[in-house]
Amino acid sequence: MINKIKQMLAQVTDPEIPVLSLGDLGVIRNIEVDDEQVIVTITPTYSGCPAMEVMEQDIIDILTKEGRKVGLPTKIKVETQLSPAWTTDWITDKGKADLLKYGIMPPSRSGKIICPQCKSKDVELLSQFGSTACKALYRCTKCLEPFDYFKCH
Amino acid sequence: MSALYNYVLNLADNTLILGQRLSEWCGVGPFLEEDLALTNTSLDIIGQAKMLLELASEIKGDDETADDLAFMRDQHLFKNVLLVEQPNGDYAQTMLRQYMIDVYHVYLYEELSNSSHEKLAAIAEKSLKEVTYHKQRSELWIKRMALGTQESHKRMQNAMNHLWHYHHELFESNDEIDELVQQGIAANPEELHKKWDVEVKDLITQTPLEIPTTGWKATGGRVGHHSEYLGKMLCEMQFLQRAYPGCEW
Repeated sequence: MINKIKQMLAQVTDPEIPVLSLGDLGVIRNIEVDDEQVIVTITPTYSGCPAMEVMEQDIIDILTKEGRKVGLPTKIKVETQLSPAWTTDWITDKGKADLLKYGIMPPSRSGKIICPQCKSKDVELLSQFGSTACKALYRCTKCLEPFDYFKCH
Repeated sequence: MSALYNYVLNLADNTLILGQRLSEWCGVGPFLEEDLALTNTSLDIIGQAKMLLELASEIKGDDETADDLAFMRDQHLFKNVLLVEQPNGDYAQTMLRQYMIDVYHVYLYEELSNSSHEKLAAIAEKSLKEVTYHKQRSELWIKRMALGTQESHKRMQNAMNHLWHYHHELFESNDEIDELVQQGIAANPEELHKKWDVEVKDLITQTPLEIPTTGWKATGGRVGHHSEYLGKMLCEMQFLQRAYPGCEW
């Protein structure tokens, strides 16, 4: 049953980065299921991230809709766990590859940042924050395209 | 009310009021990237305020929710330091205030990550990552403006002359806090002050900035004695919930 729930949750994506499923984002900490209820425990990315509330609702919606077909309990709860604090190290390799393909440079512990478009290493920081709190804004000095970098966190 | 409630509410109000102040820059930042950066900083800090207010509400244990604490509380019940309610002023003033708070937050959350209060420790651990990044940004701005043009240096020095007197309040102690420090719950304000002083003064010596020597120290926020600015801000921040209680969208 847990595996089935995982498959359902794979369809839920970050509303601000629609290529990244919650599993690949690394925010799902635990799944519990018994006769009465399903409890999905998630961890927030950034404290003020407005996407978290949408994610919670999306989890409830999908498990209610799809869960009905496989006989999941109808009571779905989403709980939040703060510690250990989320880190971008929990984004899966698949998630990182998907981000790059989508045009967002994935977090890089080595500090090597390349342009997702032309793969050039000649890039410059425009702003420490991009379109969301989790990203910084860069520009490729070769193809001149601006791009988001998913910051290490 | 309990010592722990008062302690957490001070931390919560510092972040709530600062977050609200920063959000006033939304749409009018000096340039687009900076506008985005500062409002994202604000978002992080309001997120921290939400977690801390939820904790305060839980400690209080009656039916006053985190939202009630934010939107239905009168000015004299707010416990934030006067520094965070000061108007944004120009960008030098906004960034200096931010830097002073960022350094404080980094040391505070470092300490609280080891608090014996499990929930407070979890909030601190989470928030520490965010404020560490904020500090990198505000620190750069202090250097950039203090070492920049004559005009930018003048503005940063003016900000310093105005804001320096407000930082002492971050490190005020009282019997309640001493007790919480003894219990391993709160961070020791005196220790924080020492670390803050070393770091901030180290940065200042790398610039031509001068620390004002008047010796005046602002105080009163923790006991609800606020400057004229807080009430005006609350009028705007609380208007909707006061006019239409429980309104959601």
